Amino acid sequence: MRRRIAARYRSEWIFKHLGMGALLLAGLFLVFLLWTVVGKGAAGFMGTEVKVSVTYDPTVLGIDLAAARGPDGKKAIQAGDFQGLLTTASKSLGQGADLVSAGAWVALRDAVVDDPSLLGKTVAVWVPVKSDVDQLAKGKYDLKEPAATRGIGDAEVANYNALIKRGLIRTGFNPTFLQAADSNDPELAGIWGATKGSLLTLAVTLGLSFPIGVLAAIYLEEFAPKNRWTDLVEVSINNLAAVPSIIFGLLGLAVFLNFFNMPRSAPIVGGLTLALMTFPVIVIAGRVAIKAVPPSIRDAALGVGASRVQVVFQHVFPLALPGILTGTIIGMSRALGETAPLLLIGMRAFVTDTPQGLSNPATVLPVQVFLWSDDVQRGFVEKTSAAIIVLLVFLMLMNSVAIYLRNRFERRW
Amino acid sequence: MSLTFITMLLIGLGLVAFMVGRSRGAFAGAVHHGGIEIGRVHSRPNYHAAFVGLCALTPALLLMLAWSIAGDRLVTGEVLASVAAAERPTTALDVSAFMSEVKGIASGDQEGGFNPATGPAAKVYADTVGTYNLIAGGIAAALAAIGAIWALSKVTPQFRARNRVEVVVMGLLIIASLVAVLTTLGIVLSLIFESVRFFQKVSFLEFVTGTVWSPQTALRADQVGSSGAFGAVPLFWGTIFIGAIIAMIVAIPLGLMTAVYLTQYADPRVRKWLKPLLEILAGVPTVVYGFFAALTVAPAVRDFALSIGISSASSESALAAGAVMGVMIIPFVSSMADDALTAVPQAMRDGSLAMGATTSETIRRVLVPAALPGIVGGVLLAVSRAIGETMIVVMAAGLAANLTANPFQSVTTVTAQIVQLLTGDQEFDSAKTLSAFALGLVLFVITLCLNIYALSVVKRYREAYE
Repeated sequence: MRRRIAARYRSEWIFKHLGMGALLLAGLFLVFLLWTVVGKGAAGFMGTEVKVSVTYDPTVLGIDLAAARGPDGKKAIQAGDFQGLLTTASKSLGQGADLVSAGAWVALRDAVVDDPSLLGKTVAVWVPVKSDVDQLAKGKYDLKEPAATRGIGDAEVANYNALIKRGLIRTGFNPTFLQAADSNDPELAGIWGATKGSLLTLAVTLGLSFPIGVLAAIYLEEFAPKNRWTDLVEVSINNLAAVPSIIFGLLGLAVFLNFFNMPRSAPIVGGLTLALMTFPVIVIAGRVAIKAVPPSIRDAALGVGASRVQVVFQHVFPLALPGILTGTIIGMSRALGETAPLLLIGMRAFVTDTPQGLSNPATVLPVQVFLWSDDVQRGFVEKTSAAIIVLLVFLMLMNSVAIYLRNRFERRW
Repeated sequence: MSLTFITMLLIGLGLVAFMVGRSRGAFAGAVHHGGIEIGRVHSRPNYHAAFVGLCALTPALLLMLAWSIAGDRLVTGEVLASVAAAERPTTALDVSAFMSEVKGIASGDQEGGFNPATGPAAKVYADTVGTYNLIAGGIAAALAAIGAIWALSKVTPQFRARNRVEVVVMGLLIIASLVAVLTTLGIVLSLIFESVRFFQKVSFLEFVTGTVWSPQTALRADQVGSSGAFGAVPLFWGTIFIGAIIAMIVAIPLGLMTAVYLTQYADPRVRKWLKPLLEILAGVPTVVYGFFAALTVAPAVRDFALSIGISSASSESALAAGAVMGVMIIPFVSSMADDALTAVPQAMRDGSLAMGATTSETIRRVLVPAALPGIVGGVLLAVSRAIGETMIVVMAAGLAANLTANPFQSVTTVTAQIVQLLTGDQEFDSAKTLSAFALGLVLFVITLCLNIYALSVVKRYREAYE
């Protein structure tokens, strides 16, 4: 008897600790995931630069000084041969000249466009190095391995070490990553293009799904008669909230792109597609919030002669707003992380410019993560993780706003 | 004059109408010297103003909407007519390429087109668009003016402006709630329409019973190795294998045990902290899981498989994708099980404990059996979510359509194939791209059935206890 009780208590202990173990395992996985991403991604915000002395000689650049000072100066400067200028300038590095990133001339051009008085002057400029040298500087290569398998040649390592000795190399925070758009070269690729695409897309999503969602919630909760039509509406909304997101991509492709001929890869189409996906979430959250407003408020307003529309828009809606907003932000943060439907409507475009308008080709943060994760170049691994960090920071900000709103404004009657 | 500019102008006109209406609506004091008499004026000034504004704007904006949809086709026809018949593009694809060049040149984004005829056509385009927009804008402005004047003529103290405006508001509410129906209809129609086109090319029987999936169709008759086979069974199997088997082997025990621990054992204060922490797992974007699965989990799985002597292990394995997906689903299963467990009446739990059962015996013999329908419903919803999940399988499960039960091999899923088929260059009459819509239809129908069934189970059994 006593043995049986002991056995039962033992199994009780085991069961309880199994539960704890499951929770711990899930938590460990989360920690491991975040730790891997952050550990890899931290380096993505850093960049390695080399110091070169550049003489902005108008004759080398082929820029006419008079034209550069004229009204169309910007165009004249942009037409200059900055590629050649960089090649000339990096000769001073000797053997290390080919360590300089091939795309670094853009930085020189932008510097002159911003400040035309640089023409004719000699300045020391820090320019980014090639991606594999950058990886070398961050210690990503195991130099003990033979040169053939480790991915970087002995000559490059020797050149790099020589430049280090001359004090011409530095590794530090890389502002390009936060300011630039996508690029073929990992050292020049940035996240701002995708961030702006995400912001534009989310603006369209919010602008459409919030009013539609709120109006639908108000109708269903306050005015809808109970009949077959409203049942249909209700069933549709509940189903839409559970339809796999990729189906919305198929809808966007078939209806918006092929039927309405809207521009491919554009934030407006992405926003429309995501709005259709998000508004059921807002409707469901909105209905809960509206239902929570006590009937006494409606009765009081009706009692002093307000019409039902006035009751809803002047009394019920303002009181339900915090709840609706919380639901909206949660829906928006889901839309921010959504990738699959956007792939189908072409938002995986390789865009090297930040999008200027709603119908320009653009990409968004999660798609940028996907694109970079597909890239075989070594430097893109850390860029991918860094982009994930940016995405997670945005999500965290949105969720904390939602939590703040809920705690600050939500009332219990 | 661009459409945006005309629309802004119209909205400006509407605002003016609103202001005028407001000042006309505020006649309470003016009509009755010596004070406002209650009941003398039916509606407040804002309602009069809104009525006038609506009357001015609605027809004009509707016209502009119709014009923005239909106008492009009209202009295209006009431009094409200006091109000499010999140089005129014939197929729909050529026309759209031609027009995009014309538009590029007209807007100054493009210096010149591949087609020499686009240069003069661009000029015609710019002129036509200008004239037509001017005409449309003019008519819209006239409509706005007529509407405003008519509405102003109606505004009197007794005019029931509020009722009129509220009818419009109700109309808006109804339209907003119909968007859901329209979206569902749009999904169903577009999937069915494109699938029918697919099944005209490929037999339905081959699609649902064939075991060879190789959607690459030959462009030329003599091309080798791209015959195009559309047997979707390997995809269905891969989807079930990853989403309903591997992912659930991870998610069900872990999700269930966390729910049991959180509802039955954990201190309420601890629970308050742990539950949102667990829900972070559900909030992480799936592309992040995909990256993690492809970069960290998949190589580890392959190394493990090789070390235990499985030589066919692939770096894109079903196991890596399924396991990571399972982790993603944990909070979902957990919160459904949580709901089901807490819906079991306290009396049943107390009764069992009073009989001398330990907590774990109560959970296993009383609570879980009582909550089982709810838990099963939650699991079905989780399965539906797992088989609709895209990014993890696209990034970590591979694209080879294998009919295998070996979790270390690469399999592909319905969603991964849809992405694969519809990205990149595509023409919309090939069986290859259309097959994606047939796959989408299957996915939609299956998840719909699972959702409806699971929700009804969950609902029915929750009600049984309340």
